Amino acid sequence: MTAPDTAVLRGQGPVVAVVAAGGAIGACARYGAALLWPARTGGFPWTTFWVNVVGCAVIGVFMVVVTEFRAGHPLVRPFFGTGVLGGFTTFSTYTVDIQKLVEDGHPGTGIAYLAATLLAALTAVTLAATATRRALKGKKSL
Amino acid sequence: MNWLLVIAGGAVGAPLRYLTDRVVRSRHDSTFPWGTFAVNITGCLVLGLLTGAAPDPHLQLLLGTGFCGALTTYSTFSHETLRLAEGKAGLLAAAYVTASVVAGLGAAFTGVWLGGAL
Repeated sequence: MTAPDTAVLRGQGPVVAVVAAGGAIGACARYGAALLWPARTGGFPWTTFWVNVVGCAVIGVFMVVVTEFRAGHPLVRPFFGTGVLGGFTTFSTYTVDIQKLVEDGHPGTGIAYLAATLLAALTAVTLAATATRRALKGKKSL
Repeated sequence: MNWLLVIAGGAVGAPLRYLTDRVVRSRHDSTFPWGTFAVNITGCLVLGLLTGAAPDPHLQLLLGTGFCGALTTYSTFSHETLRLAEGKAGLLAAAYVTASVVAGLGAAFTGVWLGGAL
């Protein structure tokens, strides 16, 4: 590793610790959702769909609050934004589930899932951020 | 036991995403979110390999549900897209979404194929 790399990683202990804790919590919440609502082979992956859409809505609210309203403790954003929400939502399961649907002979469901997740996730983050900005308008901000 | 595997994988995947993003940002002064892009595509490849190789369910929970699930992110991906769009970088936002989906799917398909050949 070159010098700039180690410099950029120096003093990151506390942040790495809270991101790890948040990531474990987020991953457990996603695993719990998959146990509660197991996916049907060949069917539309509703559980991962909702996990990702809910995670995107929550990050829309959260980022507006911490960047435009009240930053809070410096570890709040890495813990909740990077850790919990990043660990909860998943991009890898999204693409591999599409691969499985195509391979199992359900390309139509795969394409519908691809488009629906993208559309719903981007709509959720946009609406959540806009609604939060509107709700906090006029309140004491940063 | 299953929960512990998911916890262990998640506790490694998420900080690895954070550190990768930090290193990438320090090297590339770019508005394109290369850090998230890199971890998302890598995670798709690794999960594809796992799916193709079909290891025992414990390894799947540790590396698939825990590690790859936490290494990759949809929430940061969508938030970064929104930031690019709000920052009048609409073309870059569209390029980010397209590149992530195309490269992510490419990595997933390649991973499954390679994993199956192992």
